[in-house]
Amino acid sequence: MKLLTPDRLRLLVPALSLAVLLGAVFWLQPRTMSYTGLNLLFNLAVPIALATIAQMFVMMVNDLDLSMGTFVSFVACITATWVQSDPLLGYGALALCIAAYSAIGVVIYVRQLPAIVVTLGMSFVWGGLAVLLLPAPGGSAPDWIRAMMTAKPPFVPMAIVASVLIAAVTHWLVMRSSLGVLLRGVGGNEKTVRRAGWSVLRARAIAYALAGVFAVLAGMTLVGLTTSADANIALRYTLLSIAGVILGGGEFIGGRVSPIGAVIGALTLTLAASFLSFLKISPDWQIGAQGMILIIVLAVRLALNRREQRGARP
Amino acid sequence: MTALRFVFAKPWLWSFVAAFGTWLVTILFTGGASTLGLSQAALTFAAFSIIVGLGQMFVVTLGPGNVDLSIPATMTLAGTVALKVMDTQDGAILLGLLVTLGVGIGIGIANYALIKLLRIPPIIATLSSSFIVQSIAIATNRGIRIKPPAVLAEFSIASFLGVPNVAWLALVISVFAWVLLEKGLFGRWVSAIGQNMRAARLAGIPVDGVRFLTYMLCAVLAAIAGFLLSCFSGGAALNMGSEYLLTSIAVVVIGGTAVAGGFANVPGIWGASLFLFLVVSMLNTYGASAGVRMVLTGVIIIAVIIAASRKAVR
Repeated sequence: MKLLTPDRLRLLVPALSLAVLLGAVFWLQPRTMSYTGLNLLFNLAVPIALATIAQMFVMMVNDLDLSMGTFVSFVACITATWVQSDPLLGYGALALCIAAYSAIGVVIYVRQLPAIVVTLGMSFVWGGLAVLLLPAPGGSAPDWIRAMMTAKPPFVPMAIVASVLIAAVTHWLVMRSSLGVLLRGVGGNEKTVRRAGWSVLRARAIAYALAGVFAVLAGMTLVGLTTSADANIALRYTLLSIAGVILGGGEFIGGRVSPIGAVIGALTLTLAASFLSFLKISPDWQIGAQGMILIIVLAVRLALNRREQRGARP
Repeated sequence: MTALRFVFAKPWLWSFVAAFGTWLVTILFTGGASTLGLSQAALTFAAFSIIVGLGQMFVVTLGPGNVDLSIPATMTLAGTVALKVMDTQDGAILLGLLVTLGVGIGIGIANYALIKLLRIPPIIATLSSSFIVQSIAIATNRGIRIKPPAVLAEFSIASFLGVPNVAWLALVISVFAWVLLEKGLFGRWVSAIGQNMRAARLAGIPVDGVRFLTYMLCAVLAAIAGFLLSCFSGGAALNMGSEYLLTSIAVVVIGGTAVAGGFANVPGIWGASLFLFLVVSMLNTYGASAGVRMVLTGVIIIAVIIAASRKAVR
């Protein structure tokens, strides 16, 4: 029984970086070491974690979704307007969005298109639709979402409960269920999966649909926190979600992803922003610092990967 | 029959056909009144996309996964720093140009260092470096809009023989790129690496050197485009490069360059750049709102890519 399997080692880096960052934040600002403090620190992490999971499903089948930010923004606009005023129309539109995501996955596969280009094009479509639906910031959050996001469970803040829940559900879905194995197989070796009699088309449609589902959840929870929406509300989610997956130990190719790692990655990125502002780093350097964090984590991982390879080939 | 075969053998012709069609539809709507103005505007704005598109084309040709996402940030930084250095003085134009080239070379080196030394996939490497570059640009700019030197400002909006100066510049750069690609050893090497990197390495091609030069070329061209754009628009803005992320990739793909790498196409960049600008101005002419314009731009890009893919696959 080996305690440090490569997979666990992979998860150790994001977990440790989160712990170090959290320690640093506590040290800089001891008042965050409380129920309210933690809630404030991690509040915005819930939609980011959901968007990261959505991105993970796309990356699992070796694609990359550059429309995540505009899609989440569009969903937020639907949630703050139609879901609020005309639930039937609102939920219908959200269901259509998920179907559209699945269709994009199918088109990309059938036509062998580059996912980056198609999703970049889609980012225009979602962005345009969001502007059409909500030209000026506004709308309001449906009561039940607002109530859910502002709930105060005993002992542990809602943001952390939600993060653990998301991690647990997606871990089961991706790592434990047979569907998850199939999807990761498509990312690992599409040809083998096809020869084994599975429909790659269906698998990819499911992967994209799941991405759509989690992206919709991200948009809805975001509105629950902000209480109103705007066509540009979540544009940075594209980059945050990709960075979150990578920080959490995911790879671009090979279907090698970690849902728990992705959630931890999203939490780390959220915390990084607070950490930088506690350090009184000017907002100018905030995105630059996020870039640096990404590079440092990847460098650490390179060192670990080399160790792993050395272990595999004695 | 031979004419037809000629058309099918040259995928880039389609981009010109599409550009011409949109141009025709637009001037028909205005009854021919806007012919000269529209053509000049199209050439001017296409020139910027052409310059960044050429750089992106070389990068994409290196093979799957190669794409430079730092183009917008590079453009912004080059424009900002160059205008700051020149400080509206006509005498400092040469210095400004040198600084522009320096910015491009520096970012190119940084990008490839991340790709090679840290083995980061190019997408994430250029993404993380673009965060840092963007931060540097924000810190340099500080919201102050410095005007370009008068001579440069005049040059960038003036025309020669009825064709805008920036379009002439784009033509010179395109001819240079075409010679580099079709007649020079460098272009053959880039294509060979894109077709099969392993085979290229075994054939004795200095793969790392060529890839390094390609990323540098792309960054330098982006810097030049940023410099020109900031002179043209009377100052550098922090978001001035943002639309060129999609544009640079879209013109490469629509222009008939293989997305999977290995086959590049210079003339197609022109057709695609003109087409993309003309689509937007056509929608403007027909009075489409910003939202509709965005949706249709996205839909058209995806439709063109889907249409082009059938020819590429079968």
